[in-house]
Amino acid sequence: MTARPALVIAAGAAVFAALALVPFVADGYGMSLAIAIANYAILATAWALFSGPTRYISLATVAFFGVGAYTVAVLGEVLPWPIVVLAAAVNGTLLAFVVGLSTLRLAGIYFVIFSFGLTELIRQVVTWYEVKVTNTVGRYVFLDTDQSMIYWQLLGLAAILYLTGYLIGRSRLGFALRVIGGDETVARHVGIDTTRAKLMLFVLSALFMTLTGAIMAPRWTYIDPAIAFNPQISFQTVIMALLGGVQRLWGPLLGVIPLTLLFDWLNANFPNHYLLILGIVFMLIVYLLPQGVAGAIGKLSRSRTKPEPETDRKAHSAEARP
Amino acid sequence: MFTNAFLSGLTMGGTYALVAMGLTLQYGVSRIMNLAYGEFVIAACFAALILFTSMGISPLLALLVVAPAGFAVSWLIYRILLTPLVRRAPNRGALEVDSILATFGMLFIVQGIMLALFGGDYSSYSYFNTPVELLGTTIAANRLIVLAVALAVALAAWSFLMHTRSGTAMRAVAVDPVAAGLVAIDVRWAAAAAFALGGAIAATGGVLVSMFLTFNANIGVVFTMKALIVVIMGGVGNIAGALAAGLILGLAESFVATYVDPGLTIAVTYAIFLAVLLLRPNGLFGARAR
Repeated sequence: MTARPALVIAAGAAVFAALALVPFVADGYGMSLAIAIANYAILATAWALFSGPTRYISLATVAFFGVGAYTVAVLGEVLPWPIVVLAAAVNGTLLAFVVGLSTLRLAGIYFVIFSFGLTELIRQVVTWYEVKVTNTVGRYVFLDTDQSMIYWQLLGLAAILYLTGYLIGRSRLGFALRVIGGDETVARHVGIDTTRAKLMLFVLSALFMTLTGAIMAPRWTYIDPAIAFNPQISFQTVIMALLGGVQRLWGPLLGVIPLTLLFDWLNANFPNHYLLILGIVFMLIVYLLPQGVAGAIGKLSRSRTKPEPETDRKAHSAEARP
Repeated sequence: MFTNAFLSGLTMGGTYALVAMGLTLQYGVSRIMNLAYGEFVIAACFAALILFTSMGISPLLALLVVAPAGFAVSWLIYRILLTPLVRRAPNRGALEVDSILATFGMLFIVQGIMLALFGGDYSSYSYFNTPVELLGTTIAANRLIVLAVALAVALAAWSFLMHTRSGTAMRAVAVDPVAAGLVAIDVRWAAAAAFALGGAIAATGGVLVSMFLTFNANIGVVFTMKALIVVIMGGVGNIAGALAAGLILGLAESFVATYVDPGLTIAVTYAIFLAVLLLRPNGLFGARAR
């Protein structure tokens, strides 16, 4: 936080420039891992951009991701690529506005369930529309692109995302969001338009998710609603972001890298016990790393200077507030 | 056609209502949003299947074993796995997030164990599948049993909550755990008991559902989602609300499948749910947020 912005941005640019060289050294398997990591890094960071400060757990990640992917599937072969991406962005933004305006009044579990229900509703409606109206089950995505192109596009998107996140963190909006995360009632009383702030961030976060879906669509070649709107994507995004820690911009990345590698390894070596091991890993994270890896690192460095605050309060005792 | 849709909607709704009652107790009183709930329903399905096919025990008798087992397992889960989360959470929101994450992990573990034991194939058995003539249409007898048991469980749970000391203690904890502690209610005991009771209802629902449903290890999530929808529609912690919302949902699905398009039933479920959530976020019968 004390480093000068120009220095931070220059360091970030250097890291991304180095990462752009990966396709020249990695083989096919390495590239697919790199794409998976870049994909989830954007999703988890975009998720944390909204959910970190506001503490709204959204399971709608894949709704936006799927909208992006489907826009590409429908328009990909008839329009030039930049316009397709633009169309995806418009679709995602519109959807996010509608969803955000109608739901951000909901809090806690209601928002969680709503976001999940919304995703399922969109998936069901798209399935029904495809079967009844267009008479297809799935669509083929044949675009002239390869792994390196997809990787570079994801990398570019990630760079924009980190820059945006960094700038928001230093802006009035970022400060407003931290106040909202601390206590929404207080935020309203000091004159913050909480709904507007939350809506702006929700739309922004959804925009990045939509674009990720659009970029990733050509990788599948064939997509149907069950693939494009697979709820597993939402869940994995949440797990990764929480493992990494959502209070810092770079936090989710610390969850994305180990978990992407772990999932890949589990899938390759224990396909039959994948779910069981996944569940155990998940429980361990919840019990041992409640603040995520980033939180644990922060705690470690803080504990040298001051003692731990007393946190032995029961959950039941702190809910007098309506 | 109308009576057929009506009856099948009513029996389906009875199942939803029964399954949702357990979740509404767990979430309303114990404050644990149990995402692994449906997995416990399916585990009870498998238990009933094994008891029936290997020992020939009727599912209705199996209830006497499986429901108490559900109670015991849920009690242990609450005491061992969830109590640390309750102690550590600084406020209700934090507990909600923690419990969602912990039970989400539990979902995978239970599902993984069932996949390892039974594989991913669909299983079913036939019990009491005799057709019954009712109101000029035919319906399977086991579906009527499910409806009857759902109503009986709702009545029992409602009288327990309204007319016994323990039930009153649970309602007090649901309203305000701190104040409940101040009037000498053992909050931890009440929360654990409500969670275990919810587990017993989940097991009951699983055994009954297994009589007519073809199930596999992966479909637990369907029950969790349906139950959640019913719980939120009916109002959290509201047994009568859960019964009404479950029946409404079953009827809506059945009528849409009959008169509009079977492909749209799930979409309609979610559409109704989203509408309720937006217009009456405290449930159809909820007076205020808790």
